[in-house]
Amino acid sequence: MSATPEIAVRNLRVSFGAGEARVAAVDDVSFEVMPGESHGLVGESGCGKSTILRAICGLNARWDGAIFVAGEKLAPRRSLALHRKVQMVFQDPYASLHPRHTVDTILHEPLAIHRLGDVNRRINDALDQVGLGRAFRFRFPHQLSGGQRQRVAIARAIILEPRILLLDEPTSALDVSIQAEVLNLLADLRRERGLTCLLVSHDLGVVAHMCERVGVMRSGRLLKETRVDALRAGAVAHEYTRRFIEASAGYDRAMVHAWAARDPQMENPT
Amino acid sequence: MSDPILAVENLTVRFPGPHGPVAAVRGVSFTLGRERVGIVGESGSGKSMTGRSILRIAPRTAEVRATRIAFHGEDLLAASEKRMRAIRGRRISMILQDPRFSLNPVMRVGDQVAESFRVHHPGRRAQARDRALDMLSQVRIREPKRVYDLYPHEVSGGMGQRIMIAMMLVPEPEVLIADEPTSALDVTVRTQVLAILDDLVTQRGLGLVFVSHDLNLVATFCDRVLVMYAGRIVEECRAADLARAAHPYTRGLLAAMPRLDAPRERLAVLQRDPAWLTA
Repeated sequence: MSATPEIAVRNLRVSFGAGEARVAAVDDVSFEVMPGESHGLVGESGCGKSTILRAICGLNARWDGAIFVAGEKLAPRRSLALHRKVQMVFQDPYASLHPRHTVDTILHEPLAIHRLGDVNRRINDALDQVGLGRAFRFRFPHQLSGGQRQRVAIARAIILEPRILLLDEPTSALDVSIQAEVLNLLADLRRERGLTCLLVSHDLGVVAHMCERVGVMRSGRLLKETRVDALRAGAVAHEYTRRFIEASAGYDRAMVHAWAARDPQMENPT
Repeated sequence: MSDPILAVENLTVRFPGPHGPVAAVRGVSFTLGRERVGIVGESGSGKSMTGRSILRIAPRTAEVRATRIAFHGEDLLAASEKRMRAIRGRRISMILQDPRFSLNPVMRVGDQVAESFRVHHPGRRAQARDRALDMLSQVRIREPKRVYDLYPHEVSGGMGQRIMIAMMLVPEPEVLIADEPTSALDVTVRTQVLAILDDLVTQRGLGLVFVSHDLNLVATFCDRVLVMYAGRIVEECRAADLARAAHPYTRGLLAAMPRLDAPRERLAVLQRDPAWLTA
């Protein structure tokens, strides 16, 4: 490969707790995302996918291994400029916005932290871009629907003009029809700004829609990275990945028997 | 179809609002036999409130009216509170969505399952424990003996939901109302938990009302599907025919769903038609 990857994670390990209670949340994970690419991580809850995002964006400073973002090696202390390049959208728009801050205050905060001028124009532009419009600028989160709140969260991320967007289950709290609107918005922003995206989701349909490549995770390990077209064709060798794909398609009684017959060792998940 | 265990006729649920009463459910009718009936719709469509009204556990402020809610011919709306207590849990049970709010935080999870058995089968404490352990292993909890002694904060969301399912199934009800019972479960575990419910319907003749927002899941798991929008059933069809649904709302929801097997450039956005509110 000639181009340098926008995100490179090498032998990342994150663990919580100490002694016997020590749990390896992320266990020796390595992957790369090229500039402008959209990469997905899927897996069950607790498999470590969100922990990877938190390590990349700096919300979790204790990890081993190496992370390169935009060609720069991450250290526990990061420059403001680096933070500006990497922004994150969280899962629950009901929890990620301050309930007593107006949309204006919420969007003003990152601008103040990064000492950016031209505040008025930037806030209005960001609101226009996420399809909310300026009328929403002085409202409180409780006056907005779930989909509108997630648009505010996206506006807060893109207002700094980042190069990389980390998306942590951005639509799992939303209804299907609202999810479609938010996914379309993210696709538009990505195309217009050439953003590199790392999307975490438990929904294979969402990941396949947004990403070109996807990694399946289980118990802190990255099992296999596949191109989404290969996933669609069912060309996956790993038993767990296959189960994940089959189960995502819906319910089938015969599937449960087939699983037990194929690999009884994997029965009885924790 | 077998004769109905449960028949709901013209159910309406209203809440008082500042500008007059607001209807959450508006004239819902359906019957349930020994089958899996799915109720799908988006948040606020009234699907959960329909389930709660059958068990008479809607919030106090709700005004619940119906021509009839009949369970084996007995009108539940006219039943005394004492009579309802004998029915609730024992004969009609309900699995709620969020284990964090439905499990007692200061009681061992196994004891909660055992209690649910003992309430309806008084006396035999050791038997209740055995039944609870058996039920825990049936919902695919790997070490039931160890898990029995854990407190709710010590188990994961997925495990909590399976414990709740065990709690609701241990009295062996005839009707189970499951309100998003698998939303906190991972897809592979979800399949296995659904298989348990599936077996109960096909082998023990359980009547299952399966409330969900996941059209795909309902289409593959249930026998019949009721699609709710703004408190009404806008469409009723066989689950296998859901892909050929006629109502624009159902079609819109199906089109808005990203699918692994049918990729598309942009997802269709649902255009809501005011006529759906009355049609």
